[in-house]
Amino acid sequence: MRKWSCLLLAMLILAAAIPLAGCGSESKTTSGEPYKIGALFSNTGFNAPLGQPEVQTVEMMEERINKDGGINGHPVDIIWYDTGSDPAVCYDMAQKLITEDKVVAIIGPTGSGDTFKIFDLVKNSGIPLISCAAGTAITIPTATDDKRWVFQSPQTTLMIVDRLFEYLKTQNITSIALITDTAGFGADGLKTIKAEAAPDKYNLTITSAQTYDTDDSDMKTQLGKIRDSNPQAVICWGTNPGPAVIATNMSDLEMRNIPLFCSHGIAFKAFIDLAKEDANGVIFPCGKLPIVDYLPKKSDQRELLLEYRKNFEAKYGKGEANTFGGHAYDALTMVTAALENAVTETPEEMASSNDTLQAVRAKIRDYVEQKINSTGYPKTDGFVGTAGIFNMSATNHNGLANDCIVMIKIADQKWTPAE
Amino acid sequence: MRWMTTDLFVQSLTSGLTQGCIYALIGLGFTIIFNVTGIINFAQGEFVMLGGMLSYFLTRSAGLPVVPALLLSVLVAALVGAALYLLTIRTARRASVVSLIIITIGAAIFIRGIAGEIWGINPVSPPPFTGKHPLHVLGATILPQALWIIGITLAAAVVLHLLFSHTIIGKALRACSMNRSAASLVGIDPKTMALIAFALAAALGALGGAVVAPLSFMSYGAGVGLGLKGFVAASMGGFRSQTAVIVGGIVLGVVEQVTIAIGWGPFKSDYKEAIALVLLLLILLVRSRKLSEEERVS
Repeated sequence: MRKWSCLLLAMLILAAAIPLAGCGSESKTTSGEPYKIGALFSNTGFNAPLGQPEVQTVEMMEERINKDGGINGHPVDIIWYDTGSDPAVCYDMAQKLITEDKVVAIIGPTGSGDTFKIFDLVKNSGIPLISCAAGTAITIPTATDDKRWVFQSPQTTLMIVDRLFEYLKTQNITSIALITDTAGFGADGLKTIKAEAAPDKYNLTITSAQTYDTDDSDMKTQLGKIRDSNPQAVICWGTNPGPAVIATNMSDLEMRNIPLFCSHGIAFKAFIDLAKEDANGVIFPCGKLPIVDYLPKKSDQRELLLEYRKNFEAKYGKGEANTFGGHAYDALTMVTAALENAVTETPEEMASSNDTLQAVRAKIRDYVEQKINSTGYPKTDGFVGTAGIFNMSATNHNGLANDCIVMIKIADQKWTPAE
Repeated sequence: MRWMTTDLFVQSLTSGLTQGCIYALIGLGFTIIFNVTGIINFAQGEFVMLGGMLSYFLTRSAGLPVVPALLLSVLVAALVGAALYLLTIRTARRASVVSLIIITIGAAIFIRGIAGEIWGINPVSPPPFTGKHPLHVLGATILPQALWIIGITLAAAVVLHLLFSHTIIGKALRACSMNRSAASLVGIDPKTMALIAFALAAALGALGGAVVAPLSFMSYGAGVGLGLKGFVAASMGGFRSQTAVIVGGIVLGVVEQVTIAIGWGPFKSDYKEAIALVLLLLILLVRSRKLSEEERVS
């Protein structure tokens, strides 16, 4: 009994150590010490569909940056940890990045829950955080003292919902039915939708508000109730596979004469793979990446988006590039721009003196706040990213404008502009 | 009933029946293993997931037709179930029942991780057995695949009944569940019976997974939720009677869908699982009262 329980214990410890050993990046064989940039992503857990392309993006970029000679001649080491979509794990991993790995900045986390959990930690440690989460409260209403160190690279949920509602106005749609995921992404969307549908805002009637769990496989009962409530449109908020099930269920129930709008959570090839012909006709608000081929040549984002898509798909498969990976790209390029333009201290100096490390962290924060805008990048009227053109300021740590979101319609199982 | 049309009610019944059959199949797996070995196998949900993922892989990537893919998925899952028993439970056989149960939890995490590595995180769906054209029955829309689910569940129930009452192996399994030491005294090897129980439960779970995946898109993490629902179904059957487990599974499925259909007060989609679990608690309370009354009488 003793022998077997010892063996079992050893195997369990070994199994637990494997994921930890797999984390972090390999060391590069380039000259000198590397700049260490930290990242927190949901590689597993309910935000994994959003977090995995973010991990893939930073790994791809780390390779490219180092192949192209690094930054200021120094290689770059991106140390990322999986938060498992769990705020408690996120907190622990953030602490590790700050005190053990001594990174100069942190990119991510993927989810809003994770982000909120480390606000205080980031503020007290004096390290800049560029979150890849869309929670509106991360930088809105203003980047006050508490949020001085926090930035946000995606469009906020508020911006996305407002853009959708603007489109509904042009289609004369005033009554909507909702069907949303109970998990984080859907719950956040539902809250924002209800707030923005209020009489003093977009004044939309919500005829029915149904919910479903992420793993539910049959939403016909909820859709039956929605059909009975007679809405002019159905809005579905959630990530795969829910919206695909809903699109298919609606076709089975012959409800597709009612327009179906989804969130940007379906902006993955996986949605079309799952829903197949039932994906046709779905309209959703999103960043410009899925329809980059339709952007005019003079668009500042076009070249960047084509390049990003080409590099991502070369490594990870055709059709796989998506806006969520793009948020990690934007966050990382802001940090590398800061390192390139504002940081003169070497990694060796940062390793030997904590004061130097703190000073560098502050410099990166200042650069992102003061230079990731039209003053730092006058030729393009702001910092060009995959999500849009950023104009950060002391009060606005998101920096994106509403015109960075477009309405996309799926036709012939491909993404096309809706207007 | 202003808040629910007859059509909606019938729809919730048919959707609930379909879902419930899956819960029943999973619950049967729990029951068989518990009866023969006394262990609650928390990896049961993962067998369901394996059934779905394997049938997807075999039909989409390997291009096999539906029936061979189904049989092969169930067979592979049965082998995984047998391997699970041999490598973990049999090896740690002198451990307490609680330790063995915890080992199954660890095995579930392991299987899920491997599946995630092999097939990625994206949900997938194998093709439906006989096409997608929806049928309209009494005001409800039902897909042909749902009829397959209900039919296969009934067939599995009949086959199991015949197995347990008319074959030597079935009777040996029942003997083990009644009294393990007595069974070994008459020459039945409890270790072999446990192996068969695990393989059989895995096969049942995988069958459920393979037949529901065309409808509901399986992914590597789907086993957790499904396993839990199957566990509830098994609890409703007291982990003993097969008929009760099947009824329990169907009741669970129907209660969930009817709760959504009511959509009033606490009877909303958000609370559908809570409502079903409250019902389970009531059933268990009533049953335990009846049992203690019987004891008092005797």
